[in-house]
Amino acid sequence: MSSNVVSLDMPSGESGVQLPSRQHVTGFGFYLYLLSDGILFAALFAGFAVLRTATDGGPDGHVLFSARNAFIETACLLTSSFTCGIAMLACDRRNKFVALIGFLVTAVLGIVFLTLEIQEFADLIAKGDGPGRSAFLSSFFTLVSTHGLHVTCGLLWLGVLLVQFLLRGFTPAILRRFLCFSLFWHVLDVVWIGVFTFVYLVGGYL
Amino acid sequence: MFGKLTLSAIPLDQPIIMGTCIVLILGILAILALITYKRKWGWLWTEWITTVDHKRIGIMYTLLALVMLLRGFSDAIMMRSQQALASSNGHGFLPPEHYDQVFSAHGTIMIFFMAMPFVIGLMNFIVPLQIGARDVAFPVLNSVSFWLTAAGALLINLSLGIGEFARTGWLAYPPLSELPFSPGVGVDYYLWSLQISGVGTLLSGVNLVTTILKLRAPGMRLSMMPVFTWTALASNMLIVAAFPILTATFAMLLLDRYLGTHFFTNDGGGNPMMYINLIWTWGHPEVYILILPPFGVFSEVISTFSRKPLFGYRSMVVATMVITLLAFTTWLHHFFTMGSGADVNGFFGITTMVIAIPTGVKIFNWLFTMYGGRVRFTSPVLWTIGFMVTFTIGGMTGVLMAVPPADFVLHNSLFLIAHFHNVIIGGVVFGCFAGLTYWFPKAFGFRLHEGLGKAAFWCWFVGFYLAFMPLYILGFMGMTRRMNHYDDPAWLPYLLVAEAGAVLILVGILLQAAQLVWSIKKRQTLRAGADPWDGRTLEWSTSSPPPPYNFARVPQVEGLDAYWEAKQEVMAASSQPYEAIEMPKNSGLGFFVSVFAVIGGFGMIWHIWWMGILALVGFFALIVWSSWDENDEFELSATEVALFERTNPHAA
Amino acid sequence: MMFRSTAVSSLARLTTAMACCGLLSACTEGILLPKGPVGAQEKQLLLEALIPMLMVITPIIFLTLWFAWWFRASNARATYRPRWEYSGSIEFSIWMIPLLVILFLGSLAWVGAHQLDPYQPLASKRKPIVVQVVAMDWRWLFIYPEQGVASVNELAIPVDTPVSFKLTSATVMNSFFIPSLGGQIYAMPGMQTQLQLQASEPGNYRGLSAQFSGDGFSDMHFQVLATDEAGFQSWVQQARSSATQLDATAYDRLTADHKVGEVAYYSPVSDALFDHAIDHATKRPELTSGVSARSPGTTLSSAGSEH
Repeated sequence: MSSNVVSLDMPSGESGVQLPSRQHVTGFGFYLYLLSDGILFAALFAGFAVLRTATDGGPDGHVLFSARNAFIETACLLTSSFTCGIAMLACDRRNKFVALIGFLVTAVLGIVFLTLEIQEFADLIAKGDGPGRSAFLSSFFTLVSTHGLHVTCGLLWLGVLLVQFLLRGFTPAILRRFLCFSLFWHVLDVVWIGVFTFVYLVGGYL
Repeated sequence: MFGKLTLSAIPLDQPIIMGTCIVLILGILAILALITYKRKWGWLWTEWITTVDHKRIGIMYTLLALVMLLRGFSDAIMMRSQQALASSNGHGFLPPEHYDQVFSAHGTIMIFFMAMPFVIGLMNFIVPLQIGARDVAFPVLNSVSFWLTAAGALLINLSLGIGEFARTGWLAYPPLSELPFSPGVGVDYYLWSLQISGVGTLLSGVNLVTTILKLRAPGMRLSMMPVFTWTALASNMLIVAAFPILTATFAMLLLDRYLGTHFFTNDGGGNPMMYINLIWTWGHPEVYILILPPFGVFSEVISTFSRKPLFGYRSMVVATMVITLLAFTTWLHHFFTMGSGADVNGFFGITTMVIAIPTGVKIFNWLFTMYGGRVRFTSPVLWTIGFMVTFTIGGMTGVLMAVPPADFVLHNSLFLIAHFHNVIIGGVVFGCFAGLTYWFPKAFGFRLHEGLGKAAFWCWFVGFYLAFMPLYILGFMGMTRRMNHYDDPAWLPYLLVAEAGAVLILVGILLQAAQLVWSIKKRQTLRAGADPWDGRTLEWSTSSPPPPYNFARVPQVEGLDAYWEAKQEVMAASSQPYEAIEMPKNSGLGFFVSVFAVIGGFGMIWHIWWMGILALVGFFALIVWSSWDENDEFELSATEVALFERTNPHAA
Repeated sequence: MMFRSTAVSSLARLTTAMACCGLLSACTEGILLPKGPVGAQEKQLLLEALIPMLMVITPIIFLTLWFAWWFRASNARATYRPRWEYSGSIEFSIWMIPLLVILFLGSLAWVGAHQLDPYQPLASKRKPIVVQVVAMDWRWLFIYPEQGVASVNELAIPVDTPVSFKLTSATVMNSFFIPSLGGQIYAMPGMQTQLQLQASEPGNYRGLSAQFSGDGFSDMHFQVLATDEAGFQSWVQQARSSATQLDATAYDRLTADHKVGEVAYYSPVSDALFDHAIDHATKRPELTSGVSARSPGTTLSSAGSEH
């Protein structure tokens, strides 16, 4: 961009004080949105806390949850956060290959996570312990599937981003979008740690 | 094929509804015909529907609010009339099934589609100008937010002619709002329309917080921001923190109604009390979202028209932020009578009262702003003084009900109704009208006719007292809310006075409509320059209306009331050449997202699953498609800027 | 128009009535004319909170109008202080005044909430009457477990005797409210709430639901017959002479009927019927007997034209 141009991207006042870059502003705004998403999850967690004993004579977490499943899901998600971080570092260095691999592994791990989760849900529903069975199960399914839906949207988003990335490389827009995606993915990881702890560990095995 | 939708969904046997629908349809057709006749579709598309300019979007929000005010007020007049006619168990003219929809629609529309858009519209228009920015942080998102709100409004209004609306009150408490007791589509219209507009509001909150925190003009520290911007910041932070709770709660109720979950049902271990807690955890911050920006308006208006800086700027800011934090600590006072125990009730009674402290501080600050001033009694000032008197009374009755045992006898009575209308009309509505009149010349380049404005104020003011003071007395007499008919004839005289008040407010509204029409007609005489009120803040340094880019040169700010200080010194005109400015391109994303939202919402309401899925797929496709073009800005050359500045004089 | 002339002719009544209530003296009925100790204490608390607040806001409103008038632009006598925007002492006062008021009111709120806790038994030499209340669509069922009778929409209580209510709802949320006797409490399905009230004067009082519960809500009121002990006993006898018994099956049928109720009596009443009521509300609605979706003139009709 020519130095004469005062833009929404990099406006500057006459004293030379810079307004923040578009990258910064977008990242900040997206982070705010993620905080609001955190509150959404907080409300669902609160609902789960209230309804965790409302099993209507049906099974509770101790009976229902599989330790093996939860551990593998957690491992997948945490690793995928790590690979996402690797990919972002590669973006900083404009290393196309490492970035691509990093994001692809992230995506694969995400898909594994989702598959396991859907499998768990299918099993529960087949046994008659679906979300309509009791308030406890309603809140369990809703909390965990809201997280799962976020993961799904994230994967769809990543798919589109990777296509755009392959076509265009490191444009400012794509860098901004990768930044937002990685923030999204990391926050989902944090939420999963909450889910894993309070739903599966505290509500299940401990 | 069409889910639950059949031709019997149109209430052909209800003359009032059918009459209203016919009038509405004819009116809409007339407007469409007029636009076609004047060949304005292209103009409408480029200048308004696809605009991402915060000023235009602010105007559209305000227009939406004013239109929905008419709808919400019609519901109000219907309710008052029904109660005036249905004494001694008379039937009035609205059977319960219809009346219940009217009061539910009244509350829902007034809060979500009148007050919220009005406040958001004002903030949208003014905040970037006040902080010396060129637009909000995310202009396209801004458009999306507006159109999602409009989509929600459209869905709610569709429920009038196709199907029915919720019959549960504006917060749709379960179990009444669950399927066994509300099997129709009414609650589904309510839920989908509010979920859709709720997303818009949340995004708007993110947008404005980012704008205020990141895009202020260089040199404008937080402590130099105008008070309206501070209250906008507070309100939008509350939006970001509170609206997700609404989304989650409505999602749970939707799941109960669509997938048979048991969040709030009677059976399966459901817990209706949890809904009440969750919804009010959103609900109480919501009223602060609504009132804080009007507080900001009053601060701007009273200091401008007293020709003095606002008294106690710092304590105003502190008070605003304290209110923001405390907003989340008081929610249980909406259901003291649920039997939570003395400790819990006492705790929340105290927190509710504590939040009255910073509010009281604000009233004193406005008072002392007038002290030592030279007060000009323009209509914004009338609205402000009217507010100071009215809101004080309303606040007092609120603190009264914060004493749990007092609430035990007043909860859900007409005393409660009088209280919240007292603070919402006296606070939010008066504030929005003050802001509208104050900033109208900035937006359009001409003032609103003062005489009609003052007449409208007096109708609203007197009408409000006539309409709601009797309700306080009726609350003392034991009359509860939402009654379709009643048997105690002693209540009738008060309800008749209340009806008279409502009619007077109607006159006020008609005067405001007349004011708008007359002012447009006489706009040459009412022409206003950049600074018609001798203002203090940066928005008055731009032309009226401001150029699309707001400021040709980004202002340098060195203190509070930056524009006022600049006016006191004789500033040499800047000799620096203009620079090219990057502007965001128009975008149809907002409009099309909302088209899919309406289609999807309608489909889900009527259980037309393929429609819902199609809309969802369309929505995703639209997002992907719109993201494909990364080039979302265009350049306004320095020559074009210079030309615009020459032809649109503004304050130096 | 019809109600215009009514309004004019009502103006005289209105003025009298407004003077009445405005002066907080004799009205027809209401929370400011309590007929029992709970209501009397609640009214007392209300006034103790209201009067000081009125004393605070009246000068504020007066000052608002006076400052606006005195400092109007055309008043040359008023001193213009264009730069006066801060004063430490005023700042201090404007935080202190609301703080002190709230300290006072807050302690009223805390103490009052504990003294008037609806779950706390009333101090009395007499043994409380127990009444179990079930809110239905759209009437009230009163079960007297110790007397073995039940009634719909008629609550008889002896004067000067504490009444200990246990409340629930058969369907949706309601709120049990007798304005003349004291505060309300929610009645919720699957839950039990409690309330203590007492009448100190004989009379007929109005009871209602204060939480909107559907199309028949406006008709959901009941009569409270406060009489002396003899009168109460004769009411119980009258109820006992009813031929209709109220057992679990009859109760289920009663709740399934979605209509406004007339006064009715039942005797005998099964033991633990109230517990059954609480339990019954948590069953799937379609499993409960006779809940029909197409009863004429009820709320359970689908979208589209009503009658």
